[in-house]
Amino acid sequence: MTTVDRPDAPPVRTHKPDRTWVGKSIRRVEDPKFLRGRGGYIGDMTVTGMLYAAVLRSPHPHARITGIDTTEASAAPGVHAVITGARAAELCDPLPDFGPNPAAHTWRCLAVDKVRYVGEGVAVVVAESRYLAEDALALIDVEYEPLPAVVDPERALADGAPLVHDDLGSNCAYERTFDFGDVERDFAEADVIVTDRLRWHRSGGQPLETVGAIADFDHATGALTVHTNSLSFTSYLFMVAGTMKIPANKLDVRPLPAGGSFGSKLFATKPAVIAGMCSREVGRPVQYLEDRVDNMSNCDHHGSDRVYEVRLAMMRDGTIRGIDIDTVEDYGAYIQFGVGHHGNALAQVVGPYAMTSVRYRVRAALTNKNQQGAYRGFGSEVNNWMLEQMVDKAARELALDPVELRRRNFIREFPHFIPTGNVYDSGDYDAVLDKALELSEYRHWRDVQAKAREEGRCIGIGLITAQERSVFSATEFWFWFDEPGAPVTSMPESVTLKVDATGGITATLYSCAFWGNSPETMVAQLVAEEFDCDPHDVSIVYQGSKNGLPATGPGGSRTTVMLAGAVEGATAKIKAKALRAAAHLLEANPDDMEWVDGGYQVRGVPEQRKSLADIAVMLHLFKHSFPEDMESGLEDSKVFDHPYTTMPSADRTDLGVFYPFMGHACHVPVVEVDLETGSVSFLAYAAVHDCGTLVNPRSLAGHIVGGTAQGIGTALYEEFVYDDDGQLLTSSFLDYLVPSAMEVPELRIGHHETPSPYTLHGIKGGGEGGRMMAPAAINVAVNDALAHLGVRVTELPITPDRLRAAIRAAGG
Amino acid sequence: MERHDVTLTVNGRTSTVSVEPRKLLVDVLREDLGLVGTHIGCEHGVCGTCTVLRDGESIRSCTTFAVQVDGAELRTVEGLASGSELHPLQDEFWDKQGLQCGFCTPGMLMRACEIVEQKPDVTREEVREGIASNLCRCTGYQFITDAVCAAAARMKAGSTETTGAQA
Repeated sequence: MTTVDRPDAPPVRTHKPDRTWVGKSIRRVEDPKFLRGRGGYIGDMTVTGMLYAAVLRSPHPHARITGIDTTEASAAPGVHAVITGARAAELCDPLPDFGPNPAAHTWRCLAVDKVRYVGEGVAVVVAESRYLAEDALALIDVEYEPLPAVVDPERALADGAPLVHDDLGSNCAYERTFDFGDVERDFAEADVIVTDRLRWHRSGGQPLETVGAIADFDHATGALTVHTNSLSFTSYLFMVAGTMKIPANKLDVRPLPAGGSFGSKLFATKPAVIAGMCSREVGRPVQYLEDRVDNMSNCDHHGSDRVYEVRLAMMRDGTIRGIDIDTVEDYGAYIQFGVGHHGNALAQVVGPYAMTSVRYRVRAALTNKNQQGAYRGFGSEVNNWMLEQMVDKAARELALDPVELRRRNFIREFPHFIPTGNVYDSGDYDAVLDKALELSEYRHWRDVQAKAREEGRCIGIGLITAQERSVFSATEFWFWFDEPGAPVTSMPESVTLKVDATGGITATLYSCAFWGNSPETMVAQLVAEEFDCDPHDVSIVYQGSKNGLPATGPGGSRTTVMLAGAVEGATAKIKAKALRAAAHLLEANPDDMEWVDGGYQVRGVPEQRKSLADIAVMLHLFKHSFPEDMESGLEDSKVFDHPYTTMPSADRTDLGVFYPFMGHACHVPVVEVDLETGSVSFLAYAAVHDCGTLVNPRSLAGHIVGGTAQGIGTALYEEFVYDDDGQLLTSSFLDYLVPSAMEVPELRIGHHETPSPYTLHGIKGGGEGGRMMAPAAINVAVNDALAHLGVRVTELPITPDRLRAAIRAAGG
Repeated sequence: MERHDVTLTVNGRTSTVSVEPRKLLVDVLREDLGLVGTHIGCEHGVCGTCTVLRDGESIRSCTTFAVQVDGAELRTVEGLASGSELHPLQDEFWDKQGLQCGFCTPGMLMRACEIVEQKPDVTREEVREGIASNLCRCTGYQFITDAVCAAAARMKAGSTETTGAQA
């Protein structure tokens, strides 16, 4: 076992106590256009000469394609091209893939000789309207030779299972066991070992807007322009260009607002590649916009799909020593992100508890299902659920109060390195718990529960305490391998600030298309804080990838911390020049001047002052008023790198710092279970979050409520169900149940602020909000409601069928 | 395919378009009339993103053929604001942050419009039940409910004052 050579932590920052705009719930600057229906989404956009693409999808989970006849479709009215998988493979290289052994499970925009899940694309039609394109799809004749499918991940790993990818020779794409700390000692010395088997089924982001792209290939220049609502394109643009077989500097990806993402549009390269390929083939701009079935059956955002076998090493007094996690993950037919979902989990694998060891075994199974992508939480929400289930079970087995058990194990000294090597920068878990107990009226509900039980009613309280890591490091995508293919370490974010001749400020963002979070409001507030202006007067623009600065995009709750750092850096450069200019104009020493209320003035002499507008107009229009070496204009940029990451050790017994800004929350739902129907309803729900310093408290509250609503979906309703033969049974909102206003209760929300010592203003990320906690909290609540009947639910979502089965098994 | 002339009065403006009988109302609004504020979410009538008002009542424009509403009076999100002045519902959605990504917002606003116009003294519970026809994936509905209740109260009081913000 080794530990990494850890560079010094970043210097601890002192945070400005009195802030004007940061911390205020201002009206979002993005909203007016959306309220008027002028959001400018991909579907709202038309390019002159644009044609429309539609994709033919496999009805089989696993089959050989033995023939495709496109003659009739090609001759159909309005059709410009029909491209099959074989032709697509000539036009495009495989899609970007971070999975292990990518050459053995090649991922393409259309299947070539074999389909591997229901919904995989087989051919694409380009026509003058979407109606005509879909008409022509019905005329394509595909001959399939069905093959046996494998659906269950554990069966997929067993001998004799049908192979999803023949070249791989196995359905196990990856297997490795990591030991962090002295696992053997902790388990040998434990008084009690709590064990369980837990099953989390797959759900997904399901934003109301699907993914789409408009591509325009210019045969004269070889340049491709892609307008898309897919995100995070800047950092991997060259890979898309590689797939399209064009030089990266000939590809311009232009960001558009996204009608929701929740991770689902994080990569979403397929629509851009399909549109780009079609445009190059027909020589006209082409729009490909998924319909709902496309999105549900062939997307990049089916979330985690895990089986856990877990052991918790406990002492009689409730001390948790270590955890031994053995997990099989069902990745579907292809692996997009590698096993990054598990890297995420390892950033906070011990939760808020001071354990000393962790064993983590992961096996990545391939099955005949849609590939996984990112979904809000990205695997950490699953870890939270698993860990809180185990802690809750431990409390029952040791007959300890679940609140007290948690409190006994809380980490209290920061920065704190967990066994995997990641650091928790700061936190105050007791304070959050205290606030949550009060806000939720915990004691009151315990009384209600006791009385209700006498009446035969099953009420449960689901207190959980869990982490929300933020600001990922790229190392989590490759530290799985001793010799990674691409051990990249950069994940910057950039901002340009420009002060025009009238003092008006424009901020340019380089990757973060608006996707329901509020980067524009956040940047506007931060700029306003720095320059003492009104956030609603700050103008925000997005730059396409061409001529863009390095940027990684949203994901892993990084946007606010990273953009804040970039804004601070760009501001410092602009203010340095403004100070020099003001000092020159006032014939003062810069050292004697200070920034006050939107301008520079001589310390103690307020009349000796130049406002930002005064300085800006001079710098734009009066060159002769300044020294020779002072350039005109007032504009600067900052490429801001991750504030705190370190490299993993060579033997991977220490993964280094890779997700250091650690948020925390306590959720307390109160539920009632109907024993006869197996339905779960909410009586109350309280949530207290600590995401460091708040920029816009209401915006964060929106993430918490919205994330909790998604977590309720995950816990009770949402599931991509494949039958035993591999048929997708939930390919519409009629059967994939997104919670409505009747299923989501009123939340009581509390904020607690433990500033990060390493970021501007002490901000931590909070974008994944309630979905990190709600599934665990609701599961614990349901188990609490049914504990007296000997019922414990270990599988999500807790559908009425599953719940009734558990109640029946206990004799109810 | 044969085409039919369909006459629609949308937000007070009457237009006649020639469409195939299979063309959906939402596509006619967006493609033929250029009113892209009405969005398409699921295309099977569940999510309510495409909600518009026909003669004051909400309908799913993604499961309605345009020929079915020939001669109808329709209202869409584009008809809510008056110049630079937002409708009280829009203003309260802004003030209470009743939106995040904004994609469900036009449909949600039109559904809310129907609710508050039909029942000026609508209760919070009735608002929740009323908007359950429309899915929102971002907000968890809480701030939407706040916004609709606040707008209902304002509209009932007959106030046209905004809360101070510019549109």
